[in-house]
Amino acid sequence: MKIKKNVAISDSGFIFNPDTGESFSANPIGMEMLEMLRDGMDYEEIRKNILDKYKSEKDTVEKDYNDFITMLKQYNLIENDGQKDD
Amino acid sequence: MEKLRYERPLIRKLESDMPNKFGSRTEFLPKTHIDGIAVKDLINDYGSPLFVISEKNIRETYQSAKKAFTTRYPKIQFAWSYKTNYLSAVCNVFHQEGSWAEVVSGFEYDKALANGVSGKKIIFNGPDKTEDDLRKAITNDSLIHIDHLDELYTIIELADEMKQKPRVAIRVNMDTGVYPIWDRFGFNYENGQAWDALNKIMRSGKLELVGLHTHIGTFMLTAQAYGTAAYKLADLAIGIRNRYNHKIKYIDMGGGFASSNTLKGAYLPGTDTNPTFDDYAEAITSALINSDFEPGNLPLLILETGRALIDDAGYLLGSVISNKRLSDGRRNTIVDVGVNLLFTSFWYDHKITPAREFTHYVEDTVLYGPLCMNIDVIRENVSLPLMNKGDQFVIHSVGAYNLTQWMQFITLRPKVVMIGSDGKPYLIRESESIESITAYEKMPEHLKSFKL
Repeated sequence: MKIKKNVAISDSGFIFNPDTGESFSANPIGMEMLEMLRDGMDYEEIRKNILDKYKSEKDTVEKDYNDFITMLKQYNLIENDGQKDD
Repeated sequence: MEKLRYERPLIRKLESDMPNKFGSRTEFLPKTHIDGIAVKDLINDYGSPLFVISEKNIRETYQSAKKAFTTRYPKIQFAWSYKTNYLSAVCNVFHQEGSWAEVVSGFEYDKALANGVSGKKIIFNGPDKTEDDLRKAITNDSLIHIDHLDELYTIIELADEMKQKPRVAIRVNMDTGVYPIWDRFGFNYENGQAWDALNKIMRSGKLELVGLHTHIGTFMLTAQAYGTAAYKLADLAIGIRNRYNHKIKYIDMGGGFASSNTLKGAYLPGTDTNPTFDDYAEAITSALINSDFEPGNLPLLILETGRALIDDAGYLLGSVISNKRLSDGRRNTIVDVGVNLLFTSFWYDHKITPAREFTHYVEDTVLYGPLCMNIDVIRENVSLPLMNKGDQFVIHSVGAYNLTQWMQFITLRPKVVMIGSDGKPYLIRESESIESITAYEKMPEHLKSFKL
C-alpha cells in the first residue's frame, strides 16, 4: 500500500495530486498516516505508532485505518500496483 | 508521557468551486451543559436518548413574547397550545406564567381540566368536537370556537336542551397573501361564509358571540400576513357592532409564529431570517389599533402561539452507534435518535452539536437514526466533528410537536427530564417499558399457545 509518488504532501495538511489537479486536506492523524504510508510502513507499524502516541484501541485504529485507506483509494491517491490490499 | 486524545484520520477533497449542499455552518462548538448540568451526567443518570426541557428557557421566551405584545397593546392574553407539547409539567409552566389553555380535542380538554385550568379559561378549537365534548364545554362555560355549520347547529340544539347560553366564536379563514390559503378550517372571509355563520349565531339568539378567531398558517415567515388577518377580523368585528350593536370581546389571532429552527431547503439559518415576536406583535397590534375600534374600547387580543414559545426549550440528547461509509464514499453515522422520536426532522435541518470538545476538523455526514427503516434520516447533509461510537451529541430546538407526535415504533420512547428554574433535573415522563405497550393488547384464547 503506497501513496502515489508524485502526490505532494505539505506539512500543513495540504495534499495535491498533480495527475488530476485535485487538492485535499487532512487532519493531524490523517497527515501522520499519510506520511507513514509514504515512508513505506505497513499496517502493523502504523497501528503501533498510533497506539504509542494516542489514547485509543486496536479495534478502533484498525477500523479507522481501513476507512482511511478506502478514502485514499476513492480519491486515487494510492499506487495501483496490482497487489492485493493488506 | 501522557498519550494524546485520539481522533479518527480524515482526508477531504477541497471543492472551492462547487456549491456546497452541506451548508456553510459547521457545528464543532460543543454544547456540554444545559442550564448548568453536564450532558454526560444527564445521559449517565437518565439514559440515551433523552429529551431535556429547560424551564428557565420557557419562562424567558414567554416573557419576551409577552413583552413584545404588552408594550404595544393594552389587553393581551396567551393561551397555551396543548397540541404543541402537552406534557403536564410543560403546560403548568405556561399556566403559572398566566396562559390559558387552547385545546383541539376532548382528550386535550380533559388534560387541561386535570391540570387545574378553569373551564372558563379553556379555548376549544378544532373540527372534531363530539356532542359529549360540546356538552362538557358548555357546562364549564368554555370558549367554543366553531369550525363548521354542523357544529354550529349542534351547539344551537344543545343550548336549547341545556338551557344555557354557550360562549362561542367562529374560526375565520382568509387570504392573507400567503399561499396556499389555510381554508379547510373555519369559515371564509372573502366569500361571505364567515358573515353567514355570524348572522346565524346572532339571529339564533341562543349563543353568546364573544370572539373572532383565525389561525392563518404554520411557521409563517412573513409577519405582515398577520397584519392582514388582524385587519380582516377587525373589519368583521366592526361590521357586527354596526349591524347588531354587539361588541366582540376578543380577537384571537391563533398561532403559527416561526421558531428559530431552519426549514429544509432554506439557504440561511432560521436564527437569521425568521421573524421575531416583535415583528409579529408590530404587524398584529398596528392593524388592530389602526382599525375602527374605539381607542378606549379595544378587544382583548388572544395569542395561541405554541411552537415559538417551546421549541428552543427542548433538547434531544443522543449517542453515536456507529460510523460507516455509503457506496459513494460519503460518511454515514448511525445514532440512537430516530424519526420516531424526532418527527420534526422531516421539516427542519435541526442544529446538532457534539457534547464535548473536538478539533475543528469536520466531515460531511449523513445522519441516520437507529430504526431498520429507510426513512429514518435525521439530517441528509450535515458537517459534524469526527465523533466515534459512544460520543454524545445534542439536537437543538426540539420542544415543539416532538413530544406529542412521537411514535412508539420499533423502539420504546425515552425519559423526559425538565431542568427546573432552580437548576435541578426533574423526571417529568418515565421511559416506556414493554408492559406499557402490551398492557393495551388482548390475546384471543386460541392464539395463546403455539409449537415451533
